[in-house]
Amino acid sequence: MSKRLKKEVLIFDEKAFQRVIHRIASEIIEKNPDLDNLVLIGIKKGGSYLKERLKKDIEDRESCSIYSGDIDITLYRDDISKIGYHPKIETTEIPINLDDKYVVLIDDVLFTGRTVRAAMDAIFDFGRPKRIQLAVMIDRGHRELPIQADYVGKVVPTSRKEIVEVYFKELQGKDCVILRDLNETR
Amino acid sequence: MRQDNFIWQRKDLLGTYDLSKEEILYLLDTAKSMEEVLERDVKKVPTLRGKSVVTLFYEPSTRTRTSFELAAKILSSDTINISVPSSSATKGETIFDTVKNIEAMSADCIIIRHNMSGVSEFIANQTRLAVVNAGDGSHEHPSQALLDLLTIRDYKGKIEGLKIAIVGDVLHSRVARSNLFALKKLNNTVNFVGPVTFVPQEFENLGAHVYHNLEEGLADVDVVMVLRLQKERMGRCFYPSEREYAGFFSINSSTIKYAKEDVIVMHPGPVNRGVEISSDLLDSKRSVVLDQVKRGVAVRMAILYSLLSGGRIEDSNK
Repeated sequence: MSKRLKKEVLIFDEKAFQRVIHRIASEIIEKNPDLDNLVLIGIKKGGSYLKERLKKDIEDRESCSIYSGDIDITLYRDDISKIGYHPKIETTEIPINLDDKYVVLIDDVLFTGRTVRAAMDAIFDFGRPKRIQLAVMIDRGHRELPIQADYVGKVVPTSRKEIVEVYFKELQGKDCVILRDLNETR
Repeated sequence: MRQDNFIWQRKDLLGTYDLSKEEILYLLDTAKSMEEVLERDVKKVPTLRGKSVVTLFYEPSTRTRTSFELAAKILSSDTINISVPSSSATKGETIFDTVKNIEAMSADCIIIRHNMSGVSEFIANQTRLAVVNAGDGSHEHPSQALLDLLTIRDYKGKIEGLKIAIVGDVLHSRVARSNLFALKKLNNTVNFVGPVTFVPQEFENLGAHVYHNLEEGLADVDVVMVLRLQKERMGRCFYPSEREYAGFFSINSSTIKYAKEDVIVMHPGPVNRGVEISSDLLDSKRSVVLDQVKRGVAVRMAILYSLLSGGRIEDSNK
């Protein structure tokens, strides 16, 4: 099976990427003024990097420190007995009990909604939050579950043959979002 | 350290002899991630919902069986324990027929302990069930070796290039064999130490160094693994008396000084206090015996996760 690259569209360059993080951080602060009870939780792996950026942005602006954690959803996947490979399990780190906290779940791309469903199941094993919100960099549509994001960087209509790639400085050396068309020839 | 492209493909876990280095490290890393689940208030994840795991033990067990059952339950699979004294084995049913019947009840995994070496491999070739060897005679006990390796890695910060002494009844010990195979794959030095009846020279062919006295065998070692005298597997002529054995080969606060200053002492259990290891050393800071048990659950979760999640690779549409 060979994958041929047909086209590539830049959705966010580095500047736009920074602005979006700044805006989402502002919206989170605006809707959650009680920062002591706010917990940012990134979904591994992409969501963790986005979470770190949002956390830094909020902390720098409000000169405070906010709770944060990471979640690996592998153990909660609904397709674990169907997929042909074993997803690598990363460690989940939730530093505090989530009872009555305001949780913002963070992921880079919102697609079918199944990852978010799994992440919510995981969160309930750590307590009963007052509220769970969802922040994503890109909403690319194709939902298979009734799930919507509260904070969205950009809604990008896509076809199922395309993929959205979010690059982080820490990981790939640059901040940007790219839409790729994967034309599969078998 | 993690191999991102590694894919687990085994149906069964029968021993460490044919595991690759990558497979061993994959299981250790997966177990490490599982430890986090054990620290939660709610120790339950839905990963293996709808799977059923059967334990079939023809020999007594406390640790292995309990921790396999706990591991399966934490991963949300259903578990059934067949204890042989109350099963049809007492009416003369062979293990082959027992397993075929369990398979017919559409279970997914069977965990077998038996006093005959090689039973689990024989069964694995006859059934579609995932088979886990929880100890077959004097042959292998892979889950014990993996939890020992995980314990060593946590205490020593690495699991390569170490020197490990395995002391006592090596001849009858499946734990010693599984540990030897796994430790050698990761480039460790393994000493077998004990009287010649328990540690025949032939073990050198497996890649171990053979010693018949503690002072030489423990020189410069990072880890001492003490084995139980397996009286149930012996005739009469292996040692004159427990007291005399203890006089030469007991690990205690004075003999442990032959090893490195920061040595850790391990034991797969059950322990005969005062025979192969002294009571005070077993309860001392050097002993990591209960840490081994603690890691047993995480390691067994990793084993069940690897065998029971995911289809075979040819089913993949990814």
